[in-house]
Amino acid sequence: MNWMKCLFVREYQLANRVGGGALIGVLFFLAVVTIFPFGVGPDMILLSRIGAAILWIGALLATLLGLDRLFQADREDGSLELLVMSGRSLELVVLIKCAAHWAATGLPLVLATPVLSLFVGLDFQSIVLVTLTLLVGAPALTLVGAVGAGVTVSMRRGGVLLSILVIPLAIPILIFGVSAATAGAIDSNNFLVPFLFLCALTLFGLVVGPLAAAAALRVSGD
Amino acid sequence: MNQLKLVCQGVACDRGGRRVLNHVDFEVGSSEALIVQGPNGVGKSSLLRVIAGLVAKAHGSLELEGGMAERSVAEHSHYFGHLDALKPLQTVLENLSFWRNFFEPADFGDGKVRESMSEMEALETLGIEHTASLPAGYLSAGQRRRLSVARLLVVPRPIWLLDEPTSALDKASEEVLLGLIADHINAGGVVIAATHLPLNLPNTKFLNLSPVTTESEHMFAGEDLDDYFDEDEQDEG
Repeated sequence: MNWMKCLFVREYQLANRVGGGALIGVLFFLAVVTIFPFGVGPDMILLSRIGAAILWIGALLATLLGLDRLFQADREDGSLELLVMSGRSLELVVLIKCAAHWAATGLPLVLATPVLSLFVGLDFQSIVLVTLTLLVGAPALTLVGAVGAGVTVSMRRGGVLLSILVIPLAIPILIFGVSAATAGAIDSNNFLVPFLFLCALTLFGLVVGPLAAAAALRVSGD
Repeated sequence: MNQLKLVCQGVACDRGGRRVLNHVDFEVGSSEALIVQGPNGVGKSSLLRVIAGLVAKAHGSLELEGGMAERSVAEHSHYFGHLDALKPLQTVLENLSFWRNFFEPADFGDGKVRESMSEMEALETLGIEHTASLPAGYLSAGQRRRLSVARLLVVPRPIWLLDEPTSALDKASEEVLLGLIADHINAGGVVIAATHLPLNLPNTKFLNLSPVTTESEHMFAGEDLDDYFDEDEQDEG
């Protein structure tokens, strides 16, 4: 168990030390959310109706921003080869790296959501719902993104291709996330059904994401 | 005491659709060194990467006799390649501790895991203990290389795969490294090194690789003739 803790701590520290870590993602999230009111115009009713979707898309883009370095940095300095040879389960290694990456960059996005919600005129109930759905759904974005990061690990400018690969896969997460966030009340079926689907997608990602990313990384040494 | 023996038979390897190794055979056992020689581009690094499990082999078999049954050859090995696997933002000690805690040790065929050096002992052996609390990004090329060697000392694994181990090292560190490799061999380890320079090591065998030619592919294709023609078609396409 000790090796898992060591890996998590190292990945968390590196994610925070490289290029501002959490702050960069949150600032990008802020930038995306801020431009919407300028584009849509000062229509508070319209903004509050699409606010949850804006926040979800902002979080999706901010998550994608940092994912291309998830494995690429390790590949460039030779660490990836050693991770593969280490005798530890590569699937678990991927899962721990995703967990550390999410703790360093995804969680700050969730924490910033209530503040950014005010920019798009959400009421208190909606702020709670959108934050809750992001808390549950954002890990799924990271896990799906990890598959893209594994597949594009050997490409010099893999970041763009990563986004193109991952965005279609993120559509179900976005649909259930936004429909749960706009349901209006936390105890209604309108919220519960998509919310449980969102939970299921995250659990599905927890299993399939590390398996697929590890398979991609194993053949990347060629 | 059980002995380890790495047996490699008829190994071939393709990279980028081109055959870079063909019919490589060798045997190397405990307390032996194998020096892989040959001109640039002949596949020395590829051979080490095949043994390390980083590149898939196209044909042949690679087996470790006397090793831990449930572990692959790669999981018995240390790979010391061109890249240092150091994180510039972490300190020297953090880098080394991580690999010490993360890597799974392997036994030398005798069923028990050996004692390994602590991080500071390894840094002292290599003469870079004064850099322990510096970020690894501040190290010179030679110091990075030495820190990379320290990884082999803190995790006991029987097989050392060394790709140009002496590059970027000064004369004195080269001596230290050769001493460490000799100690490893004397302690029952296996060393496979790809190098241009003559390394003065005990119990050394040599493997000379020569470039793969079309002719030799014909000669060795044998039962895999179909594969060979398939490849040919792909090349034309």
